[in-house]
Amino acid sequence: MPVIGLEVHIELATKSKMFCACSADYFGAKPNTHVCPICLGLPGAMPKANKLAIEFAQRFALALNCQVQLGSKFDRKNYFYPDLAKGFQISQYDLPFSQKGFLEILSGEKVKKINITRAHLEEDTGKLNHATISGRRVTLIDFNRSGVPLMEVVSEPEMNNAQEAKAYAQKLQQIVRYLKISDADMEKGSMRIEPNVSLRKVFFGSKDPKVTKVLPPYKVELKNINSFKFAEKAINFEIERQRKILESGETPVQETRGWDEKNNRTVSQRSKELAHDYRYFPEPDLTPFTFTQDYINQLARQLPELPDAKIARFQKEFQLSAYDVEILTRSVDIANYFEEAVKAGKRHQLTPKQIANTLINQKIDIDEVFPAKLVQNIITQTQKTQLDPKELEKIVKKVLLQNLKAVNDYKKGKEVALGFLVGQVQRELKEEGGPRQVKEMILRKLKP
Amino acid sequence: MIKLDDLTIKTAGELLSQKQIEAQELTKYFLDRAQKLNKKLNCYITICAENALKEAKRVDEIIAAGQKISPLAGIPIALKDLFTTKGIQTTAGSKVLENYVPVYDATVVSRLKDNLSIIIGKTNQDAWGHGASGENSDFGPTLNPYDFKRVPGGSSSGSAAAVASGTCLAATGTDTGGSIRQPSSFCNLVGLKPTYGRVSRYGIIAMASSLDSIGHITKTVYDNALILNVTAGLDDFDSTASPNPVDDYTKDLEKGVKGLKVGLPREYFDELDSDIKELMLSTVKTLERLGAQVIDVSLPHTNYGVATYYIVQTSEVSSNLARYDGIRFGNRREKFGAEAKRRIILGTYTLSAGYYDAYYLKAMKVRRLIRDDFITAFKKVDILICPISPTLPFKLGEKISDPLQMYLSDIFTVNPSLAGVPSLAIPCGFINNLPVGMQIIGPYFSEKLLYQVGYAYEQDTKWYERRPKV
Repeated sequence: MPVIGLEVHIELATKSKMFCACSADYFGAKPNTHVCPICLGLPGAMPKANKLAIEFAQRFALALNCQVQLGSKFDRKNYFYPDLAKGFQISQYDLPFSQKGFLEILSGEKVKKINITRAHLEEDTGKLNHATISGRRVTLIDFNRSGVPLMEVVSEPEMNNAQEAKAYAQKLQQIVRYLKISDADMEKGSMRIEPNVSLRKVFFGSKDPKVTKVLPPYKVELKNINSFKFAEKAINFEIERQRKILESGETPVQETRGWDEKNNRTVSQRSKELAHDYRYFPEPDLTPFTFTQDYINQLARQLPELPDAKIARFQKEFQLSAYDVEILTRSVDIANYFEEAVKAGKRHQLTPKQIANTLINQKIDIDEVFPAKLVQNIITQTQKTQLDPKELEKIVKKVLLQNLKAVNDYKKGKEVALGFLVGQVQRELKEEGGPRQVKEMILRKLKP
Repeated sequence: MIKLDDLTIKTAGELLSQKQIEAQELTKYFLDRAQKLNKKLNCYITICAENALKEAKRVDEIIAAGQKISPLAGIPIALKDLFTTKGIQTTAGSKVLENYVPVYDATVVSRLKDNLSIIIGKTNQDAWGHGASGENSDFGPTLNPYDFKRVPGGSSSGSAAAVASGTCLAATGTDTGGSIRQPSSFCNLVGLKPTYGRVSRYGIIAMASSLDSIGHITKTVYDNALILNVTAGLDDFDSTASPNPVDDYTKDLEKGVKGLKVGLPREYFDELDSDIKELMLSTVKTLERLGAQVIDVSLPHTNYGVATYYIVQTSEVSSNLARYDGIRFGNRREKFGAEAKRRIILGTYTLSAGYYDAYYLKAMKVRRLIRDDFITAFKKVDILICPISPTLPFKLGEKISDPLQMYLSDIFTVNPSLAGVPSLAIPCGFINNLPVGMQIIGPYFSEKLLYQVGYAYEQDTKWYERRPKV
């Protein structure tokens, strides 16, 4: 049985970076324009913690049902990589801002609880760009991303298939977006997921957790995934790959593999046998943090309504199907729009269901059409369809008599003729009738 | 004719404000002297003649316009080469940073500039602050102005030699385990290691971040207090800078030591060289004569200081030097000297998985005990008097091939660093014509008290008047 845990990195949408005043909004910016002595790691420069980023991380942790720690600190994670300006990353080791949370996802029809080990804050690294300049192959470093606040959320290895992993990641993204702390865009890299995949032997009949919960002696970390689709594909590929190795009697190598989107497969990046020793120690340039329970409680009270709660409320309050509610709560913007439209529609005796139908079926662009305008549109459409049926019947009869050729064509099987007839009726109606109602009347009259 | 060699910041400031001398004249005098003596002493890595003269001209214009000026205006100051200076090469004494020109000023540098001090040069030092003799500089050793065959102490070796030889009126330094106090002691100067966090570390190339204290070296106590008035205080760029209010440190200097309880920690005297011990005890007698009450105290964890210090410090060094990985700053890692490599390896080892608990974590626990020793002692006494160096200024080459001997030079200075308490180095006499200093250690943020004690002693003994013949 597959054992999957997820490490998710999310860049926080604060104005400034984690430890300096540079703009964190680097996407699309000219390389090395969002930099200063601090995020370049120049000699003598020191970090200064971004309070808002910490608040964002705490709010997120609360939304994940985590225990938010009253005491926390930053640590140095020491390793060498060209994109790492200081030769260490400021991260969190033994006292993260929060730990031990959970998230509920839908696995098939069932609700499944996925435990979250920890959620901590760190700084993003620079970015390497491989290029050829005057015939020479070079690597360029762009430090715009260096120091952008990054949250790392680590789940327990409790997912058993790619769909669950995808559902978990999507739920995280949805919560982040509800909280408006990041755009969590996989393609832009503001959300990155790294699944850890391995396969466990199943002992049928055993319920002893010592047997059922035991982790395989290896795991494979998957990287280079920039969409939910790829995550799903990569995990499925990996499960099959490992299954074959295990069936041949061998154990897969503990390693990091990257998703190769061209060839639809994972490829080995580096072996994890040479495990890094990050030599963590407390960051001496930043003093430890303490928070009061009152403060944390206040943050918790200020949390917006989260997806699960909203779904439950929409079902109860608006008597909508699970399908409708799922669509209407995908983003907080759609949900808010819907609620506003419901409010506006109430004055015109429109039901939430009518509004939900229009919103979902007509794929309304909520940035273009105001809720009040939407309500107006629905009313107009409804009025159009409420033509006097007797009046309509009279006109239809008249049009059918005037267009016998078209009637015959339709009877011979020419569908286009029907459209022509509808058009003719609408012309007589001065385009007031809804096409559906007109069409129905014509069909009724044409019935033998 | 004014004898410029004997000027202090105080007397120079008076001449400037009374318009008896122009800042340009003063600057030119010190620049010439620095250029001349640097050939003998090697106390500067960079001398900033052009910039200094330009700044001095600006100061003269401000004075001529009748504007009120800071007591530091027009005062020629040298900066240890760990202090990042915009547009001026900053090497940390290492070839790794040769030709590195920073794009920004350290907070302390901008505060000195705001007060119109004239930066005349960047001083030589043990590379990265690693050393107690100046011999670890990649730019050659600095000589002691009192005896050219001897070291001026380190790591702020150039700063001490520059002030002692009269090439500037003050120099900044950093003190991680004694790097201001020991060279001050070796060069008959006043050096302050402030409380950790009293002065911003921003822009000063880090050695060991939890220990680095930013101070300065002057001829007199008054001058020293004048500079702290400017450098101390909160800084938005340094989270560890303390919000503790900043005093006017020159105020109440004459308060004296009457009724003050002075502690003598016995662990610092037990095995002390007999000549130095004798001198220290006569110093204590002077304080008694001035009205202080001397009390014997104990700091029981003193002996663990050096071991603890060389674990904490090297651990942080190994991390702080990681950024000089050869990708930026123009030079490769081969340029690191032997001492830096030694500390990187030691620190990497003590932080490694499996060793962290036995070394770093244990050292942090002992560090707490050492700190508690001081806190307990200061319940009984107001200040502590201790020696600074177990030896007199030693000869060039005497200890450089034996790192452990060199590390033991720090034996009396590392404990206040580990505790984070302030300590003021004050000249207390000569043995065989070589200067000897003592340290006055006080509770957290007691810099004002340290200056009062130092001033009382200095005014009674006037050791600072004995200048070297250079």
